[in-house]
Amino acid sequence: MHPALQGLLTIAFGVGGCVGYFYLSNIILDQVIFPARGKHIARNIRRANIIRPWLFLLPALLALGLYLAYPVFETLRLSLTERLPGGGSTFVGLDNYRQMLGEDKFWEALQNNFLWLLVVPAGATAFGLLAAQLTDRIAWGNFAKSLIFMPMAISFVGAAVIWKLVYDARPPGTEQIGVLNAIYIYFGGDAAQQWLTIPFWNSFFLMAVLIWIQTGFAMVILSAALRGVPEDTIEAAIVDGANPFQVFFRIKLPQITGTIVVVWTTITIVVLKVFDIVFAMTNGQWQTQVLANYMFDKLFRANDWGVGSASAMVIMLLVSPILIWNVYNARREMR
Amino acid sequence: MASLKLTDLAKTYGGTVNVLNNINLDIQSGELIVFVGPSGCGKSTLLRMIAGLEKISSGTLEIDGQVVNDIPPAQRGIAMVFQSYALYPHMTVRDNMAFALKIAGKPKAEINATIGRVAKTLQLDELLDRLPKALSGGQRQRVAIGRSIVRDPKVYLFDEPLSNLDAALRVATRIEIAQLKEAMPDSTMVYVTHDQVEAMTLADRIVVLANKGIAQVGTPLELYERPENEFVAQFIGSPAMNLFAAEITGTGEITTLRLAAGGEVTSTVPSRDSDIGLSVNIGVRPEDMVVTKTHQWVMEATVNIVEALGEVTVLYFKSGQGSDPLIAKLPGIHNGLRGQTLRLTAAASKVHIFHNGQSLLYR
Repeated sequence: MHPALQGLLTIAFGVGGCVGYFYLSNIILDQVIFPARGKHIARNIRRANIIRPWLFLLPALLALGLYLAYPVFETLRLSLTERLPGGGSTFVGLDNYRQMLGEDKFWEALQNNFLWLLVVPAGATAFGLLAAQLTDRIAWGNFAKSLIFMPMAISFVGAAVIWKLVYDARPPGTEQIGVLNAIYIYFGGDAAQQWLTIPFWNSFFLMAVLIWIQTGFAMVILSAALRGVPEDTIEAAIVDGANPFQVFFRIKLPQITGTIVVVWTTITIVVLKVFDIVFAMTNGQWQTQVLANYMFDKLFRANDWGVGSASAMVIMLLVSPILIWNVYNARREMR
Repeated sequence: MASLKLTDLAKTYGGTVNVLNNINLDIQSGELIVFVGPSGCGKSTLLRMIAGLEKISSGTLEIDGQVVNDIPPAQRGIAMVFQSYALYPHMTVRDNMAFALKIAGKPKAEINATIGRVAKTLQLDELLDRLPKALSGGQRQRVAIGRSIVRDPKVYLFDEPLSNLDAALRVATRIEIAQLKEAMPDSTMVYVTHDQVEAMTLADRIVVLANKGIAQVGTPLELYERPENEFVAQFIGSPAMNLFAAEITGTGEITTLRLAAGGEVTSTVPSRDSDIGLSVNIGVRPEDMVVTKTHQWVMEATVNIVEALGEVTVLYFKSGQGSDPLIAKLPGIHNGLRGQTLRLTAAASKVHIFHNGQSLLYR
């Protein structure tokens, strides 16, 4: 069978299965298990309504339990074991963590992640805010917005490939097709630079990719928030003598801080998990290693599941508090 | 402290939708002017044009003799109180009031002194460190007013400031605004409302807006006693003035009229000899109606509904023509009138005469 056909069939079965599950299980609950008739009609309806949410949540709970909750505990277990030659494994306590903490590459990854953490959420949120404010009042604002939002639809690997072209370097004498080198040469640079191999700065070239992607996300959310700022308060500020900058920074911005925090933390979580961009562009060479790529290296290249799992636990520990704060803020915003 | 002069002011949206035309108005220094009119008549738009929040399409606006058409709101020397209060939700009451002064770069000591003084007058001193969300509707409105007072503007603009308050609070705040005006006799105020009670009680002069223009300008009692046209006659006063078709049969200082329905009545509105036979509408306010048995009557009709309010009894009559019911408001308590056919008349001084919608008083 043609793969495309297979795909369509899978989608049909998947969606049909979901609809069928909810529809049929609901009918069975209402008609067979607790029918809304007979002597105990009130009790039956009450019980059916207690069970219904669980019935509908069941598939999600099962899937999340199997693919999310279980792996967490399994990873924790793996991080405390070591694979034995010839099969099987043995408990080694914190040895894997000790080994990991002794590796320079791990500290480099941690350091880089910290740098990413500082730069990317700030950059994406700031650019997003700027774009949201600037596109708000112009006729072609929506068109500009869709352009800025477009990178969100590109996979991280795809974006990495695009940006690799931006940073591309050709031998001297040939036309530079990499935009950055073309500009560099145009403004009097002597020879094309291998941007991605210049330690420290290359991390920022990688971050630019993620900022490029996440700006669209920040812009969409913040644009909606800015529109929610009551027009009256803006007019009152204008009458009070505020100039456009003061209106923006002292009236609009303070009224959307909640949303900014949500956007910021959401991007922070993305940053902590960043893998594809680094993997596709430098693979952690030239001091660009990040935690997720380090984990991948250990787990699938070195086949060291102990240290790989240990680094996975570190990532989770870093993400969890931010995630909790993010959810807390998002829920407060919704109220 | 400042006078306003509106000359041929007009507002057009997008070059085609015309909402206001030929607005000519002189507002004296220290006056409290109320713009009143049905919803959609452009009264808020006119106020926002004075504030500088809406562009003036044509005509000129002068404050203290200076044309301010192209001067930004902050430099016009105006302060505005919004219907929704428009308090800055992230600032305390103190910061809300201080905002304009901080923007203007006033020294801290001066800002604090001003806020302290104004907060005391408005009884806000206990609330200075609260956020707007921790205030009641009336308190928020007081903060909004305080925010405009601290700026010591030449002109105060109020955009329906009471319409978000409940009935009891509205009366209380209305009295507060009247007292505020009393305390600041020099300040000029422009006040927009759709509530004629607010207009009548607060205004030095009322501007009635209708049909994209000014229907009449005058003191509250002028509008009540000598309405220039049928619109003002029916808009001011509640319930609205009754109108009856009639014909002029005798002219002079006292005009005699014969009603289409057959009755006869006199009016102190003078008429000219050439008015004989002229088709007019006569207007009588419900509260001016009196029951009569003579041939001098303006209305003979059957009582449909009786509203006994104690101090007055409001009678609704089945009207022969038109959809508006005819209404009479008799002082005191009257029993057993429902279903009866009554003849009503009014003193000659209470009978208004309109021809083509315009009062014969103003020609």
